[in-house]
Amino acid sequence: MKFKGTVTVWLKEGIFDPQGAAVKGSLEAMGFKEVEKVRIGKNIVISLDAENALEAKDLLEQMARKLLANPVTEAYRVHVEEEKAGAER
Amino acid sequence: MKFGVVVFPGSNCDSDAYHVIKDVIGVDCEYVWHETRDLSDFQALVLPGGFSYGDYLRCGALARFSPVMDSVYRFVDEGKLVIGICNGFQILLEAGLLPGAMLSNNVLEFRCQWVNLRVENTKTPFTCLYEPGEVIRVPIAHHEGNYYAEPEVLEELERTGRVVLRYVDASGNPTAEANPNGAAHNIAGIINEKGNVFGLMPHPERCSESILGSRDGRRVFLSMIKSLETGALLS
Repeated sequence: MKFKGTVTVWLKEGIFDPQGAAVKGSLEAMGFKEVEKVRIGKNIVISLDAENALEAKDLLEQMARKLLANPVTEAYRVHVEEEKAGAER
Repeated sequence: MKFGVVVFPGSNCDSDAYHVIKDVIGVDCEYVWHETRDLSDFQALVLPGGFSYGDYLRCGALARFSPVMDSVYRFVDEGKLVIGICNGFQILLEAGLLPGAMLSNNVLEFRCQWVNLRVENTKTPFTCLYEPGEVIRVPIAHHEGNYYAEPEVLEELERTGRVVLRYVDASGNPTAEANPNGAAHNIAGIINEKGNVFGLMPHPERCSESILGSRDGRRVFLSMIKSLETGALLS
């Protein structure tokens, strides 16, 4: 079965995120006084073939642990969904 | 004695390192393509600066899975010398050969400038020709040089003398102003527990000839050569 996995990677709590801080500054300057915190991460979208969603998630977890995230500084979250045939979006 | 300079796709300080070792100092040196697996000819390896694999994903993250890296692990196990400069340092961190990780500079800028460094440990194969506490001038050029490690790791590095180079001001004080990137404890270079793997963000290969404004970096390579000659590899 075809699956679409999204691995979201961001800096762990407590680690200064200069991009997030800069964007927060701009949002405040624009008048969004409500903003308390901004963190910037990245989404890595992976299409893959697996027996079932559980196996797909397990494979993506392995990829995240070994390469996609650096365990020293980054946290990650894996999301899996079935890929609809012929429709990218 | 032969040095190898590993060339990853995107390395760009490889010829500088090769030039210093081969032409300036006069020791045998060869480029090592990242697909090479046989490192038996070499006693020392340089992982040079640059943008291996375009710095995609994270600096050094993809280079760490180059075919040559399996052999680099063995090379390290055998007690031979490995120095990672700038992107090479980032690769050593990603490879787990040195502890910690690099974050983006806390100043949101690519920093390309001269810095003062204090040599904290001269009992290493990479710094044995410096004076303890000596302040040297070396250039940096990086966007991800903000060294980070867990507090326990930092404590251990400090306690065991594994912080080899620190950013300081001209008088040798590790002030916040002298820290160009936000690195924890002003750390510019560290060594592994065994003492044969050295990673540093500054570029000693760019300041090994008077014509380039400083020769302060040259003794890093001369120290390595001396250590290999005397066989006194590990501190």
